Parts: sequence; structure tokens; C-alpha cells
Amino acid sequence: MSLSYLLEQTLNGITLGGLYALVALGYTLVYGILLMINFAHSELFMLGGYVGLGVLKVLSDPAVAKATGWGFLEPIQSFFMSGNFGFVMLLVATFGISAIVVGILGMFIERFAYRPLRHAPRLAPLISAIGVSIFLQNAVLLWIDSKQLPYTRVDGSAFVTAKTAFTIGSVNVSTMQVFIVVTSLVLLALLDTFVSKTRIGRAMRATSQDREAAGLMGVDINRVIALAFFIGPALGAIAGVFNGMYYGSVKFNMGFIPGIKSFTAAVIGGIGNLRGAMLGGFLLGIVESLASGFLSNAYRDVVAFVVLILVLIFRPGGLLGEAVAEKV
Amino acid sequence: MSNTVLSVENIHTFYGQIEALKGISVRVDEGEIVTLIGANGAGKSTTLNTISGLLTPKKGTIKLFGETISGLPVHKVTAKGVVQVPEGRRIFPRMTVEENLEMGAFLRNKEPAAVKESVTRVFDLFPRLKERRTQKGGTLSGGEQQMLAMGRGIMASPKLLMLDEPSMGLAPVVVEIIFDTIVKLNQEGITILLVEQNAAMALQVANRGYVLEVGTLALEGPGKELLHNEQVRKTYLGEV
Repeated sequence: MSLSYLLEQTLNGITLGGLYALVALGYTLVYGILLMINFAHSELFMLGGYVGLGVLKVLSDPAVAKATGWGFLEPIQSFFMSGNFGFVMLLVATFGISAIVVGILGMFIERFAYRPLRHAPRLAPLISAIGVSIFLQNAVLLWIDSKQLPYTRVDGSAFVTAKTAFTIGSVNVSTMQVFIVVTSLVLLALLDTFVSKTRIGRAMRATSQDREAAGLMGVDINRVIALAFFIGPALGAIAGVFNGMYYGSVKFNMGFIPGIKSFTAAVIGGIGNLRGAMLGGFLLGIVESLASGFLSNAYRDVVAFVVLILVLIFRPGGLLGEAVAEKV
Repeated sequence: MSNTVLSVENIHTFYGQIEALKGISVRVDEGEIVTLIGANGAGKSTTLNTISGLLTPKKGTIKLFGETISGLPVHKVTAKGVVQVPEGRRIFPRMTVEENLEMGAFLRNKEPAAVKESVTRVFDLFPRLKERRTQKGGTLSGGEQQMLAMGRGIMASPKLLMLDEPSMGLAPVVVEIIFDTIVKLNQEGITILLVEQNAAMALQVANRGYVLEVGTLALEGPGKELLHNEQVRKTYLGEV
């Protein structure tokens, strides 16, 4: 059990934590405003991975251009596959399109599966969410593939080749890890600033604290809710693309376990609290990696949920759960 | 003759099957303080919530300066200048006093200078809020929260300010401050519709009053007149 092994596991944990944090934000944003767990969120994460794979194939797999016979793809692909600039643009396009498509789908789901039930008993939208989740999984299973799809071109080459970015002691840190951690931190910081500093962000916070009162201030509640249902799934989709690139494949049921873990992360941090979700995500990722590295891979879920139970026993509101006493 | 700001014409509002308002008509003229008084469940708050768009009337119309506003969603009614300070304060507990006030001016994002002036005005009216401007709303006392809720309403630069039970649960000293402020705001030109259980206080400051009884109008008239009305004295002012 050397120090470098510890370091390696911690780095893996931080990478995993970045993914959890991105997904956890989606749960916590929606819960904060609607007091509802969006059980379809893990499927939006999964779809993000698929949309990303589709975009990558269309924009940078010559075999796809040949198979479809779409001649116009060739100049586009040669742009995205030439040099560093093309590569960066490819990544921007992949993450951007995946985030936007899944974000719009999130808004769509809210509009048609949750909004009609807004004044129904709380169990109803929850059941609706489970229905959406089952629907999305099966849609992918039936219309795309029931098997796991490799996150590569048809010839088997990876879209993003993992190289060593730098070494600490004897530990290699891959470019992919750096990419995931830096991107997730930047996105988390952006969201945090958006919510605390901008007018619309403040309206979101107001809505989550008192929906009716926010309406009386002139906030269009439906737009705020729609926005939360865009941002959350968009972040989830980005995590989904990362997940595909990092682990090398996508499958229709890939959202389930990360979804539960991210939800756990959101609860550990204090559900409804954005910074809590970030903290919970990284904490859970690190704990899990250390557990699988030092105990056994079989224990990673056990340890993750033990952490959840401990937090719920000693801080039921979560680590950053609101401590403000509200006078009546 | 002054301008009519608000005219509520024969509204019926339901909670599910229950008819909470059975044809209420209320008029508020420019520069007035008008009060709605009545016992618990008479429909005072329901009337305000129907005007502000939190509830939609099944029948009847509500007009603001002659323009129909009934049926509009709450944020659009606010945008028209009808601002409700809700019952139980309903401030944003995890936002600072300043952020709460900024939320009050949510729709005035195109006039930052005027919004700043409004903040100064609120702090002049309630110096206590200035002292506590960086404190979270949830940590304030009940009286301070009521001041914040009213301040937040003023921040919207209302054409009609509707106050729902502003004195509820407050110490007599604070009630005094709140009512002084209502009079002061009115003298500065704000038209006010006031719902109160403290009928004596409300009728003293109001130009006109309406007495509600289980969803219908029982009486209406100038504030002073109602204050001396025997029926009102017996029923709402606790005189035997």
C-alpha cells in the first residue's frame, strides 16, 4: 500500500467525483424547486452518452460517411479530424450538442410528464418520473441497441486518445482525467456564479425558497422550472459523454448505478443545495475509489451507502443542509 | 372625482367545490386606503389572492385602470403594478435582506438607478432593515420580517399595494410602526388595499372599508362611519 497507490486511487476518485457532481446537480436543482426527485435524470445522463457518441461518429468517423453515402460529411469530417483546432471544435460540438439536445428533452419531459401533475399529490409526479425512466431505457433498448456500444469509430479507434498529461511521482495522470476534473469544476463554478450573481439565478433561488412569493415578485415560475429542467439534464448529458469516453462504452441501462450514486451524493451534501451536491459528488467519488482500491472492488457500493447512512444519522439535512432557523 | 385604480366586479372564487367568494365587488380609487375586514374565513385573503392572480375567479371581472386583469397569471398581474404583500410575510428565508429587496424589484431590471433610490427609501422607512441588510431573512424577528415584506412590496413601485394581515402576530409596538408606515406610504401617493383582522386599527386609517361575511359583502362605507356602526362595533370590535 504505497503512497503512490493512494494517490492514484484518490485521483480516480476525484475524476469519478466530478462526474457524480455534475449529475447530482440535476437532482438537487429540480428538488430545490419542485421538491420532487426526477427519477428520469439517470436516463438523461445515459442519453447524453448516446447523443455524444452519435455526434462523434457523424463528425469524425469516415466509415459513417461511407455507410450513409452522405458525401457532404466528408469535408466536415476532414475539418474536425485535422489538427488541434479541429479536435477542440469536435469536442465543443459533441458536448454542446449533447447538452442542448438532452436539455431540451428535459424541458419537454417536465412540460408533458410533470407539469400536468403539479397540483396532484406528491406521489403522482414521482410515479410519472419512474414511468419516463422506464420509457427512455426501453426506447434506447428497442430503437438503438440492447448491447453495449463501444465509444469508438467503426474501425475501433478511440475519438479521444488518452495520453499521460503529467506524472506525480510515479503516478500517471491522464489527459482524460484532467479534462473531466477541469471541465466539471469550471461548470460547477459557472452554475454557482449564475445562481448567486445573476438576476435569473436569483429568481431560481427565490422560487426554490417560496414559489408563490416568487410569483408575487413577478417571476414567471414556469420559465424558472423549465430552466432548471434544461440546466440539470444538460449537465447530466455532459457527464454522460465523459462517462462514455472514460469507460469506453455506452449501454441502455448505464444510467442506473451512477444515477443512484449521484442522488446519494446530492443527499449527502444536502438535497436542494447546489454546493452540497458538488461536495457530496467529490466526497462520494473519492470514498468509493479508496474503498475499491484498499478493500475490494466489491465493497465500493457498500462503503458509499455506509457513508450515506452515517451522514443521515449525524446530519440528517446533509453536510451543507440549511441550518437557518426559520421563524414563523 | 378621482380615478378608479381597481374595480372588482362580482367575483366568485372556488376552492374545488367550495365557493369561497360569492359575488364580491370592491372599488379602490387613486390615493385611497381601502380596507377589507371580517372574521376568519370571511374571504378577505381569498379576495386578495384572486386579485393578484394566485387564484382565478370562476365568474366576475377584475379591472385595473379599466383594463381586465382577471385570468392573468400572477407574474403578469404583478407586472401591471398590483403588488401583494402576502399573509405570513413569506420573505425568502435564505436570502439576505438586500437580496429580498432586490427580488421585490425583479421586474424593474431596466431602471437600476430608480431601484437604488427605492432601496434608500425602504431603508429610510425601516432603519432596522438597513442595520440588518446582510442578514438572512429567516433570522429576522417577526416584526422585522413584516417590515422586509412591506419593503419588498415597495421595491416593486406598485400602482396598488395590497397588504394581507400586516399586523398578524406582532407586538403592539410593532403594529404601531406598521400602521404608521401604511399611512406614510399612502401620503406619499401609494394606493393601498388593506386586509386586517385588527378592524379597529384598519378602520382608523382607511378612507373606506368593506365588511365581509362568509364570502359575501355585509357592509361598506367610509372608515370612520363603519368604526361607529353599531353592528361592526358589536361583531368586530369586541364591544358588548
